[in-house]
Amino acid sequence: MDLGLFAEAVGTTGPVSIVGLGTRGGQVPGYKVITAPSGILDYNPAEMTLRCGAGTPMAEVFDALKAAGQMVALAPGGTVGGALATAASDIRRLGRGPAREALLQARIVTADGLIAKAGGPTVKNVSGFDLCRLLVGSHGALGFFGDVILRTRPAPAESRWFAGSSDPDVVRGRLYRPAAVLWDGRTTWVCLEGHPADVADQAALVGLPEVEAPPTLPPYTWSVAMPDLRRVIADAMAPAVAEFGVGAVHASVPQPARPVDPAVFELHRSLAATFDPTGRLNPGRFPLLLDTVTT
Amino acid sequence: MSATLVDDLRRALTPDRVRTDATELTLYGRDASNMTGRAVVVCFPLTTLEVQSCVLAARHHGVPFVARGSGTGLAGGAVPPDGALIIVLTKMNRVLSVDVPNRMAWVEPGVLNLDLSKQMAAHGLHFAPDPSSQQSCSIGGNVANNSGGPHCLAEGVTNGHILGLEMVLPSGDIITLGGPDAEPIGLDLRGVVVGSEGMLGVVTRVLVRLTPNPPAVKTMLLAFASTRAGAETVSAIIAAGVLPAALEMMDAPITRAVEAFAHAGFPTDAEAVLIVEVDGLPNAVADAVERVSEIGEAHGATSIRIAADTNERALIWKGRKSAFGAIAQIKPNYYLHDTVVPRAKLVQVLEEVYAIADRHNLLVMNVFHAGDGNLHPLLVFDKREPGVMEHVHQAGDEIVAASVAAGGVLSGEHGIGLEKREYMSMMFSPVDLDLQARLRDVFDPDHMSNSDKVLPSGSRCADIDSLAPGMWI
Repeated sequence: MDLGLFAEAVGTTGPVSIVGLGTRGGQVPGYKVITAPSGILDYNPAEMTLRCGAGTPMAEVFDALKAAGQMVALAPGGTVGGALATAASDIRRLGRGPAREALLQARIVTADGLIAKAGGPTVKNVSGFDLCRLLVGSHGALGFFGDVILRTRPAPAESRWFAGSSDPDVVRGRLYRPAAVLWDGRTTWVCLEGHPADVADQAALVGLPEVEAPPTLPPYTWSVAMPDLRRVIADAMAPAVAEFGVGAVHASVPQPARPVDPAVFELHRSLAATFDPTGRLNPGRFPLLLDTVTT
Repeated sequence: MSATLVDDLRRALTPDRVRTDATELTLYGRDASNMTGRAVVVCFPLTTLEVQSCVLAARHHGVPFVARGSGTGLAGGAVPPDGALIIVLTKMNRVLSVDVPNRMAWVEPGVLNLDLSKQMAAHGLHFAPDPSSQQSCSIGGNVANNSGGPHCLAEGVTNGHILGLEMVLPSGDIITLGGPDAEPIGLDLRGVVVGSEGMLGVVTRVLVRLTPNPPAVKTMLLAFASTRAGAETVSAIIAAGVLPAALEMMDAPITRAVEAFAHAGFPTDAEAVLIVEVDGLPNAVADAVERVSEIGEAHGATSIRIAADTNERALIWKGRKSAFGAIAQIKPNYYLHDTVVPRAKLVQVLEEVYAIADRHNLLVMNVFHAGDGNLHPLLVFDKREPGVMEHVHQAGDEIVAASVAAGGVLSGEHGIGLEKREYMSMMFSPVDLDLQARLRDVFDPDHMSNSDKVLPSGSRCADIDSLAPGMWI
């Protein structure tokens, strides 16, 4: 689909909701539903960039990247637009980087039905405000992703998981930049990536047996200050898994409302008022405005 | 008006840290660009609350303000608007706390980039962004400009290394954005404050992410008989799936200038020199050295040297980072550009840069972050020569235009500042610029904070609502 048609579909009035594959919350029920253009438009591994429609399934992107020995710092599943809109990072975020580092350029359709560009096509760019940062994790509230340019990276030659009862901080302290260090209060999982001989050497340093895969993660992801991870795991009523070095906990219940500074709340309210004055884009999904308490 | 402003500031700070003498105003009226502005008062706060007092005093008296650090910026980002209050943050230079297991530290904005890495060395950690000015540039300046440096090829620019920040908004409110958790609540405002060139407020504390020092490092020098061969080697290295820590290129004129200055053993008979640094675990490093050597040989490298030890490595980097000092031996003035092009277009754009310089009868030297496609054409001249400045500016315009036409961007790491403000519409449509202007208006509705930077005049389009949906303008 052409970006102009996408913009026409978004239009200029009335509430609209965007949906990809429906894996990350799906549409806001009861409103006109839009889907973004899909398909890889341009992939040049030597530039380490991939341009695609926001509606492209992540699986399609991963297949193209795999064929060229590359990766992108986004979680699998759903669409590219959905992964970006919800800032969905890979479980190996510690080594591969957060989702917000993956977006170089976005063309969005605004609440006014206009096509606007944020960021730039090159791997390095400081031309103007970095609106891409604002868009990743914005749940479509500032504009709907039409097409995007993603930063890709060479994939590691080898990626292996290990697990055992060692302390996660001790494990991390012995390793050089592991791709993941997970802990559920009893077991530590480690992902080591890179040259096979280095992976073997690093694994020997911590002496943990190899496992097939990381643990199955509970459905909700909490954002938790790194120094508080142990306390949150200790207090969890059901099995929960912490990402050390990242500051996230995967839990079986949603994260309780977090306190928000009134001045930060006001910035969000003002952004909503200026970018989408009638609140027509994904109504009710504007980050922070609904499900928080001000202090 | 300024007398009462000064009185208010002297009460809020201490009299000796509020200066109005001509020497200070001149000194802080400029940065490392060739532009100047005229401020009315310069303040040296020591705390966040003192910064807040400065902002509130400026608001009360209707005076614009600009925060600054060491003033090493090259795009005029710290040049004060006329009549402004300058908030100098260099005295806020403490590392406040270090969390070694979680590899992060809260620091004040005046901490110098290299000082931070030196202080973290005992923990085996460093701050990854390493601009050439790292001995004198401050973390606050790095945050304002989203600074880069040679090692940002693998590690990314400053934004990826800032977990959180405390700032004073133009309203005077003190807020904290981001933090030591994966996805702090709300939109990533932290991420958009980084690189906003002081236009969204004054950053007073920074939570930096620290990077472990690599267990193995190898630095290589590859010489080539043509810039084309050098540039094609760069693309081939990336295409082969090798991502060096740094991948820098120097052309013949700058190599000779640097060698005469630094005596680092650069091959002065080469037309192009690549500095390739690979780091990480030993096997990966050995493998990368081998592959880079093979690729270099396949592209006709005339010599390949691997630094034998830390001293030799340090000497190579000293040479690279003193490049801009070295050219002072050739001509008294230089004008440095900073565009990014797709790596595949490096050769084409470099050839255009040489042709542009030729047309304007200027000497051009190139030393740049080739791995990122980040060009730094350096126009070298003597401004006392009649008419030369006109050619320097015209050549600069043409270089930026050639880069954008090749699918590139206006700036890779120096920022827009005053220098490239009017170029913004080369890259962004009125709709794009309107979004940026709206963002600024949310943070700074009265345009008090370094307000004359980045956005070209007329960025906010009042009549944009009347355009048809999907229309390209």
